[in-house]
Formats: sequence, structure tokens, C-alpha cells
Amino acid sequence: MAGLEGRLRGFFVELIRVAVTRLPRDVYEALERALEAEDSPVARRQLEAMLENARLAARLGRPLCQDTGTPLFYLRVGDGFPLRSRLYDVAAEAVREATRAVPLRPNAVDPLRGVNSGDNTGRYVPWVEVELVPGDGLEAVFVAKGGGSEAPTRLAMALPLRGLRAVRETVLRAVAEAGPKPCPPFVVGVGIAAGGDQALALAKRAALLRPLGSRHPDPEAARLEEELLEEVNRLGLGPHGFGGRVTALGLHIEYGFRHPATYAVGVVFSCWALRRASGVFGPDGSWRITSEHI
Amino acid sequence: MSRVYRLSTPLSGDEVRRLEAGDTVYLSGLVFTARDAAHRRIIEILESGGELPFPTRGLAVYHAGPVARRRGDGGWEILAAGPTTSARMEPVEPDFIRLTGVRMVIGKGGMGPGTAEACRRYGAVYAVFTGGAAVLAAQAVEKVEAVYWLEELGMAEAVWLLRVRDFGPLTVVIDTWGRNLYDEVMARVRERLEELLGGTGDSGRGS
Repeated sequence: MAGLEGRLRGFFVELIRVAVTRLPRDVYEALERALEAEDSPVARRQLEAMLENARLAARLGRPLCQDTGTPLFYLRVGDGFPLRSRLYDVAAEAVREATRAVPLRPNAVDPLRGVNSGDNTGRYVPWVEVELVPGDGLEAVFVAKGGGSEAPTRLAMALPLRGLRAVRETVLRAVAEAGPKPCPPFVVGVGIAAGGDQALALAKRAALLRPLGSRHPDPEAARLEEELLEEVNRLGLGPHGFGGRVTALGLHIEYGFRHPATYAVGVVFSCWALRRASGVFGPDGSWRITSEHI
Repeated sequence: MSRVYRLSTPLSGDEVRRLEAGDTVYLSGLVFTARDAAHRRIIEILESGGELPFPTRGLAVYHAGPVARRRGDGGWEILAAGPTTSARMEPVEPDFIRLTGVRMVIGKGGMGPGTAEACRRYGAVYAVFTGGAAVLAAQAVEKVEAVYWLEELGMAEAVWLLRVRDFGPLTVVIDTWGRNLYDEVMARVRERLEELLGGTGDSGRGS
């Protein structure tokens, strides 16, 4: 079992390294499409700098951004996976190792004492979400979530009477208030659910996990995604807030059923440097990275 | 608008007054980093009549906390050095510009009216480097000339005196003429927001 645990730790460390140093291919291609769409020289220079930075980081194996974020693990764990209760500890060990090896900037701070743990771990850090699925393997997504893009997060406990009108207003106002701070062109995640925590959790998954260019399987949600993305881009904030056609690379909605008396709307942003990597790990300790990166 | 300049420090007042909001600059020469703690310390020293161990006049201050690695020969290498959020320095930046004589403040996210007034009065500009482009920034560092207060302030907060070459693209956001590009873009964004929310009424999809 110890050997298997070591292999799982090694898998997690590699996921972290890939996520932090190499931009996912879907994000890189979305930035390239944004460059084709922009004609203002200022907007174009921002996008060119982002693309060049992504190529340099991949070639040199260095973190894309000096803010290497808060570590998030999204795990789909098989019923028969052998290390179920050890996942949290192994994830934390991997983050400590990656902090030295990649390296990552230490970002975990005790909110009561103001002390930085120095190794990117602490109470609830890394954040680990586990979903149980059939099988005996494990699927993992690691995301490094930057602080600048987390600050403009919004939650509205909307009037059920206003419904989708409240969704639209919450999203557009959140983007306008965020301005250049979350490093646009960003990805907007929208969550709708019964509770505030649920809406924000779904919004975070929508922003970070959904591939760019994908549409929600529900046709009504998909149509709303397209309409809202178009309206967000009509605001004209543009690359890095200098004005332009492309404010958001994508807008994704995830929803859960609400309560008759509530209509919670969460909005979560990812900066253009969307750092995620995914992979699979088998019960025999074999693993591979499944996401594509530049 | 939106001209491209290649400039070298020390910058003269005339060079800086030629720049307008929206222009792009690639900067060469000496640049020093300073975040919250270094700003406070630099101002304290200069206000009490002391001298700084590094030059500032005509140079650029960069709001950044780099990730640096010591090389085998004892020198330093900058691995990642993207800009940090400038707004944190807004309360002290006017005094900082007055006392140090910097001609350019570089960061991200924008600064407020105090900095804009100091830029106008003392002949300086605020320019933004693309957020998150930390490796691109590090590649422009030719040499780490020196690091100051590393023991006391730590790697991110220390003052790094860097020799840079074609550091950019830097976009001028606040010029010496009172323009603030982010204020202009954000005013248009708010107008369009009100058009979108007010102009057509509800989306018609709520029923």
C-alpha cells in the first residue's frame, strides 16, 4: 500500500506541475481566436503577451504566473479504489512537494493569526472535493486558482419572481464591477441553485472545469450561455481591461434545482491563466495525464 | 493614439510628458521593485533626511514580488516576476513619487486620483504590465544588479534593482496630462451595462 501511496503522490505532483507551468490547449486556442477577433493594437499586444508568456512558461517549465494560486483537487473516486481515506493527506503531501519542486509561491495564510504556512497547505488547503463513482480507479483534476480572479466573486440571493432576469443582471454587474482586476479575457462561471454555497460551488466548477467551447447539454442552459457570453463581450472591457471585443473567453452555467422560496446565483471568474490539468490513476498504480497542454 | 516607444532609464521629464494614455512602452535600463513594505520603508528614510542605498531618480518602480533563485556563482536569477495589484500602494504612492523622483510606476489593475495628481505634478506616468505574464517579465531581466533588505523583508517584499531590456509591453494608463485610461474604459463599460439592463428592459426570458 505504501508503494501505491507514493505513486499517487507522484501522480498528484505531476498534475500540479503540468497545471501550473503549461496552459491547457483549449485556453491557448481561445486566446488565439481572441487575437484574431481584436483589431485595437493595445488589446492585441495584451493577447500577444499572454500567448508568448504561455509558450515561454511551457518551454522553460516555469510557473505561468507568480501567483501560483490556491490548490484545488476535484476527484472522482471509484467505490473500490484502495486509498479512499488517504486521499486528503496524499493531496497535501503532493502540494508540499510541488511547492519545493515546481516551485510554487507559498500562498496559504492562517486568517486568524496572519501566518503563512510556507508550504501551501493548512486548514482546508488544498481544497479537495470527492465524488464517488463506480469502478476501482480515480480521475483527478487539479486547478491552481489565483487570488486576483477570486476577489470579484459574487453571490445574489435573487427573488424567485425575477428568475433568469436576476441571473443576467447579476452576471453583467459582476463583470462590470470586476473591471481589469481578474485579468481578462476571463472565463465566467455561473451557478444557479437552492443555496448560496451550492450556487458558488457550481459556479466554480463551471468556470474552472468545463472545456472552453463546450455547451451545457440542456438546450435551454446552452442558449442562455451563448446569450450571456455575447452580452458580457458587448460590455467592451476587453483584454486586460483596455477595451476590446473579447472580455470573456467562455461563459458556462451549471444549475441545480432550487427551493420555491430561493434563487441563488453565484458568479466565479477564472483569469486568462486558467491552470488546470487532469489525469487518471489505476488501482495498480499506473497513471497518465489526460488533458492537453501547449 | 497608441504609439509604441522604446525608452531607457533614467527617464527625463520631457520624455515622460510625451507619453499619452494608451501608448505602449518597452523599457530598458534600471528598474527597482517595491511593494507595500518597501514603499513604507523608502518613504520613512527619505522623509527623515536619510539616503537610500540605491538610485531612484528618473528610474521606474515596479510593483512586483519576484520569485528569484540564487545561482552557483552567488548571483541571482529571476524566474517569475509578474506585476502585483497596484491599488494597495495608492495611499502612499503620491509621497513616494515626490520623494524618490521616479518617472514611471509599473504595476497592474490601475491606480487612483492621488497617484494621477502626483504624476501630473512631478512628471511621471503609471503603466501596466500584462497581469500573469510572469515568465515574459522575467525574460526581460538581463541582470540582477543588487537586492536590498532581503533579510528583513523577505524575497517578495525586498527591493530588487534590475537591469532590464525591452521590458514590456507596458501600457500607459495614467499620463502627465490627467488622463486615466482605465477610468475611461470603465465609464464606457458602465454605460453599456445600463444600456443592456435598462434599454431593452428585461431579457424577455424570465417568464
